[in-house]
Amino acid sequence: MGKVKVIGATTSLFCTRIEWALKLKGVEYEYIKEDLRNKSPLLLKYNPVHKKVPVLVHDDKAIPESLVILEYIDETWKEYPLLPQDPYERAMVRFWARFADDKRWSSSSFTQCVFGAWGACRAEGEEKEKAIQSAKESLALIENQINGKKFFGGEQIGFLDLVIGWMCRWLEVMEKVGGMKLLDPQRFPVLYEWAQNFMEVPVISECMPPREYLVNYFQASLSYLSSLSANKQ
Amino acid sequence: MANSDVRLLGASASPYVNRAQIALNVKSIDYEFIAENLFAKSELLLKSNPVHKKVPVLIHGDKPICESLVIVQYIDEVFTNGPSILPSDPYERATARFWAAYLDDKWFPLIKELRTAQGEEAKASLIEKIVEGLVLLEEVFVKGGKGKAFFGGDSIGFLDLALGSFLGLLKVGEIIAEVKLLTETKTPELLGWAERFSSNDVVKGVILEPEKLIEILKSFQAARAKAAASN
Repeated sequence: MGKVKVIGATTSLFCTRIEWALKLKGVEYEYIKEDLRNKSPLLLKYNPVHKKVPVLVHDDKAIPESLVILEYIDETWKEYPLLPQDPYERAMVRFWARFADDKRWSSSSFTQCVFGAWGACRAEGEEKEKAIQSAKESLALIENQINGKKFFGGEQIGFLDLVIGWMCRWLEVMEKVGGMKLLDPQRFPVLYEWAQNFMEVPVISECMPPREYLVNYFQASLSYLSSLSANKQ
Repeated sequence: MANSDVRLLGASASPYVNRAQIALNVKSIDYEFIAENLFAKSELLLKSNPVHKKVPVLIHGDKPICESLVIVQYIDEVFTNGPSILPSDPYERATARFWAAYLDDKWFPLIKELRTAQGEEAKASLIEKIVEGLVLLEEVFVKGGKGKAFFGGDSIGFLDLALGSFLGLLKVGEIIAEVKLLTETKTPELLGWAERFSSNDVVKGVILEPEKLIEILKSFQAARAKAAASN
C-alpha cells in the first residue's frame, strides 16, 4: 500500500506504541533510529513544529504525535481494529488516552500518568511523596477501565492497551531510578495481572527495549537534569 | 423545544464549550444547554466528569462524554445526518487532529499568558510566539484549503472549530495587549477566514463578544480572589 517508515528512538515509549500497532496489523515498515541529542535533518523536515519522535512517514506524508499516528494507522490498515466500533466506547477510549498522556497541570486535577510517574521520579522529599500519591491515584483510575476484561480492548489488545503499555517496562524503570514503588501488585492486582497478560503477547514483548538499557538512559537523564538545577543555584 | 436527550453542561465564555455548541449546530441538533457556575459546580457536573470536574460535558441519553475534541468527534460519529466535521481522508484527519492538539497544548496557553504578562519584554516575546503559531496555521490553510472558505472545505470542519473557538479570547488578547495578532501582512487568509467563520450561521451567537468576555474574566478573577481570601 505504500512505503512506511517510523522515525523513532528506542528509549521513547511513544515510539514503541507505534511499532506495536503496525506489527499487530501486519504492516511492514522501515525503522529510522534518531539520536535525540543530535536530531537529523530528516526529523526536522518531517516534524518541524515539535521536532520530536515518533513520526510516521507513509508515502512521503509525515504524521507526528503518537495518538494522532495511532488513529491514522487504525483508519488506514483495517486488519486488527484498535478502536471499538461504538461511538460512545470510542469516546471513552479517546478520553482515557488523553488522560494517560496529559502533560497539562491544572489545579482541579492531578498530574497525569506518564509525566506523573516521571515527575515522581524526579521529585524529592515532600514533593516526591505528593507526586507518588498523585501518580497512584492516576493508576487507580486507569485500572478501573479494565473492568473485568482481559485487556482494556476486551479479549484482544486495543487502542488503550497500546497507550498504557509503556507501564509494562518504563514504569518499573522509573521506579528503580526514582527509588519508589508505584505499581504495587497488592494495591493494583487488576492492573498487575493486565501487565502480565500484555507482556505475554509476542509482538508486544519483542518491541520492548531491554530494562537495563532504559535504566542507564533514565539514570543519566536524571543526573543531567539534577546537575542543570544545581548549576542554577 | 430543546431535545432533552442531548444536554450540554457548559459556560458560554469557554471556547471548549463553544466547540461543542458549534458542532451540535453543524448537525442541527436540538439540545438543552445547562449553564454551570464554575465556582459552584453542580452535582450533575461533578457526577458526569468526576476526573476533571470541567465543562464541557455532553450528556447523550444518560451517557456523559468529556473533553471538547472527544465530544466533537463523538457528535460527528453519532449524528450522521448533516455535513461531516472531520474530513474523510485519513491523512487529512490526522492533519486536523495534529493542529487541534497543537492549538490546545502549545498555542492557546500563550494567549492566556498574554492577558497577565508583566513587562514589555515578556509581552513582546509572547506576541511573537502567538503570531508565529498563526502564521503556521495560515500556511496550513493556504496549502490544504484549495481555495475554499474553511479549513474543512466548503463547510466548517474540525480544525475550523478548534481554532475558531479561540477567536473571542484572541480578540480579548488584542484589546488588552493593544496589538493586532491577526494581520493583513502576516495572516491575510486567516483574517478572511475569521470573518467567514464568525459570521457563519452555526457560529453566530455562540462565541461571546470580547467586551462581554472581558467582563466575565474580571468576575472570575474576583471570584478566585474571594475564594483564596477565605481559605
